[in-house]
Amino acid sequence: MPSQDQRKKRLDRSINVRSTGLYALSSWREMTYLLAPRLLLIVGLLVLPLVLDHYWQRVLCTAGVFAILALSFDFLAEYVGLVCLGGALFIGFGGYAAGLLNEYLGLPPVVTIPLAAVIGACLSTLVIMPCLRLRGIYFAIITFMLPLFARNVIIALSLFGSTEGITGLDTLPNIWVEQYVIVIAVLVILFALRRFASEDVGLIMMAVKDNDRAVLASGISIFRYRVLAVFIAALMGCFAGAYLTHLYGWLGLSLFAMDFSILPIAATVMGGMGTLVGPVIGALILSPLSEALRGLGQLRVVLYCLLLLLFILYKPEGLMNFLERKYHQFERLEKV
Amino acid sequence: MAADTLLDVRGVSKKFGGVQAVRDVGFTLNQGQVMGVIGPNGAGKTTLVNLVTGFVKPDDGRILYKGKNIAGMAPNKIANLGIVRTFQVMRPYHSLPTYKNLIVPLNSPRVRKATAGKLGDLDSVAIDILEEIGFERDARVPYKIAGSLPLGYQKRLELARCIALRPEIILCDEVFSGLSMSEISSMIPLLEKFVIEGMTLIMVEHRLRELFRVADKVLVMNFGEKIAEGPPQEVMKQDNVKAAYIGGDRSK
Amino acid sequence: MESVLIYGAINSVTFALTAIGFSLVYGVSRIPNFAHGAIYVLVGFLTWSLVNDLNLNYGLSIVISLTIASVVGLAIYQFVLIRLRGMPTSEIIASFAVSLIILEGLRLQGIGGFKGFIGPNYMLRPFFDGKIAIFNVFVDYQRLIVVGAGVVLAVGMWFFTHRTKIGLSLRAIAQDEQAAMMLGINSDRAAMISMAIGSALAGLAAVIILPLGNVTAEAGYHVLVYALAVCIIGGLGSWAGTFLAAFLVGFAMKVSTYMFGALWESVVLVGTIILVLLIKPSGLLGKQKELEERV
Repeated sequence: MPSQDQRKKRLDRSINVRSTGLYALSSWREMTYLLAPRLLLIVGLLVLPLVLDHYWQRVLCTAGVFAILALSFDFLAEYVGLVCLGGALFIGFGGYAAGLLNEYLGLPPVVTIPLAAVIGACLSTLVIMPCLRLRGIYFAIITFMLPLFARNVIIALSLFGSTEGITGLDTLPNIWVEQYVIVIAVLVILFALRRFASEDVGLIMMAVKDNDRAVLASGISIFRYRVLAVFIAALMGCFAGAYLTHLYGWLGLSLFAMDFSILPIAATVMGGMGTLVGPVIGALILSPLSEALRGLGQLRVVLYCLLLLLFILYKPEGLMNFLERKYHQFERLEKV
Repeated sequence: MAADTLLDVRGVSKKFGGVQAVRDVGFTLNQGQVMGVIGPNGAGKTTLVNLVTGFVKPDDGRILYKGKNIAGMAPNKIANLGIVRTFQVMRPYHSLPTYKNLIVPLNSPRVRKATAGKLGDLDSVAIDILEEIGFERDARVPYKIAGSLPLGYQKRLELARCIALRPEIILCDEVFSGLSMSEISSMIPLLEKFVIEGMTLIMVEHRLRELFRVADKVLVMNFGEKIAEGPPQEVMKQDNVKAAYIGGDRSK
Repeated sequence: MESVLIYGAINSVTFALTAIGFSLVYGVSRIPNFAHGAIYVLVGFLTWSLVNDLNLNYGLSIVISLTIASVVGLAIYQFVLIRLRGMPTSEIIASFAVSLIILEGLRLQGIGGFKGFIGPNYMLRPFFDGKIAIFNVFVDYQRLIVVGAGVVLAVGMWFFTHRTKIGLSLRAIAQDEQAAMMLGINSDRAAMISMAIGSALAGLAAVIILPLGNVTAEAGYHVLVYALAVCIIGGLGSWAGTFLAAFLVGFAMKVSTYMFGALWESVVLVGTIILVLLIKPSGLLGKQKELEERV
């Protein structure tokens, strides 16, 4: 700990400085420095299904779903400035859409999953639209309530099998398809979002988050871009929901469970908001953890909420930001 | 109404809670004019700007732009019609390079329509605009992170943001504030250039001497009301204007 | 027809009771206390334990539970929320995490011999047994107490915020935080007081309403959602709005039950929220301006 006459000073690592811009191509070492983390992630995720045993492969599938939800939460919160506390809404709409398409129209999963993603996204966006013009906290509260309301409405109107749900839906062909679909989806979404952030549209969304009045004064309709952002996030979430329905072969009210809203948020906070990779890592850690602790019953919820609380209070930057900082910079104490 | 009256504001009022920020203010502006808006602090100048540009909806009155009433329209719609503004407190999109700040206005419907999508690479257009405004391309200023620019450059960035929209009217909210004399001297030719290119300016200012070098006419406000309107030298001779700035004559 | 009116009134007051604690806290400190529902349930179980396990007097148990509720509210503010003032997202997430810890914690089994509160067996005794007939409708005494409490609470709150020094300072902070601070009112202390009172109100609602049914941890989520719904419809930050919205929603739901059946209640609630958001987005009496109106 720094004492009275010392302070912490952060410096970029020399290899970090050497690999900015074009200079990165100057030697293999620099290129490795830049590429290694990304390759590690990609290769790691692709190889994971091959080394896990059957039980954990299943866990990987659900972890992937949570990773996608965490990505959608991080995207909306940090890149657009909208805090959506109701990820379960996307899972529910996407899941129900896929299941219903499968059950009543007999369409195979290859068709229902993409179709349900789009239909679910449209529906979710429509429902969320009325609160987009308001301050952030209204949005947060409303999105929190929406999955619970959807659940109540389904029960109240006895729709879609109500509390029993619908069983006997098509499942995905085999465990390998199941895993690789979700792993590739996570990777594609991750890199697509990164790319999106540097496109003009992504730029405008980030500008809205930074300084919405200036964006308005520049002639851009904030509302439209927010609707677009919600649609994109919903697309991801509904895809994950549709996948989930076909993973288990049934749909039910548990698709609107609060777990789908909370765990991604916990994963994002712990993984590091804004990094996109962090939430994925967070989900890949929390989800198996949650599984492993299943034997403890309600205690696991208590434990991971405690963990979440500790992170929010004491290390809000999250794991990924911390690791990134350590990777790119080092600290030393310096006399003042 | 003369043939080239661009902006005709009539009887505009706005109340915030218990405070009458603007009371029954009106003025006309012709194309190519530069109008200053002056008055002591709290006179309602910025509120007037907000009213004209749509950030605040007026309780009363009409704002006719080319004959069409724009009072109460959404700010982005008004910007798309050609009325833009700078902000007194600037927060450029923080971690982005300077020229990226202009991508936002370049994507507006107004620019899209005007160039029919043939603008090409937006990045180079942004850098061209910055160069026009005076950012030295060679010194790589446009590539610097916006938050790290000195104040003079940030003010110019605000103007660049406005210019990118190819506007007809620019409302400058205290563009001279915080700048040194030499910075102001180099900004004035820029403003004059805008006028020559056909734009109309409304400038809310405290620095009267510098303002009077560019302004054709001046609107004086106090406590939300317009107390004078006319050419600068005449207006400054009026008693009520002097009283507003300096205070009443105590001998009376 | 009379039954609709009477049950509508009872329903409205129930909503008002549950929502007012949340609304008070938000109004004063702009903190959305998502642990509101958890405190409600906590008081319910606490009272039950005190009465059944420790055989204390019912009235005494209530007083103790409410005190503990205030302390819990204060603790939540002091240890969690105070570090997050000004960041509404984090406040929501953190207070909801606390809520989950409490609610799921109450359902734990087998930790140190603690048998969780699971199942429908936990009931608080109504204050007075029996019914009374009003306009040909039989109403439990307990429900009358609910209405009575609601009225007393509404009047009490008005009195508190308009006539007492503490209440006036809370109101001042609610209207304009910075101005109040300039006049010497301590914003942190106001927030603490509001959390303490808000939690006590949540507990009060619990002890009055829970005797009508049984105590379950599930109810914590429902209470939170209803409180949120009422506050949103009435306008976040407006106390009068909360009462107004409670009445609107309370009656609307009972009217729809009368006309369409009980199943439509939730639909009506959702519908009302969406409708209000479309027409007057900041809520019925909300003073929060829309995004574009910030000057």
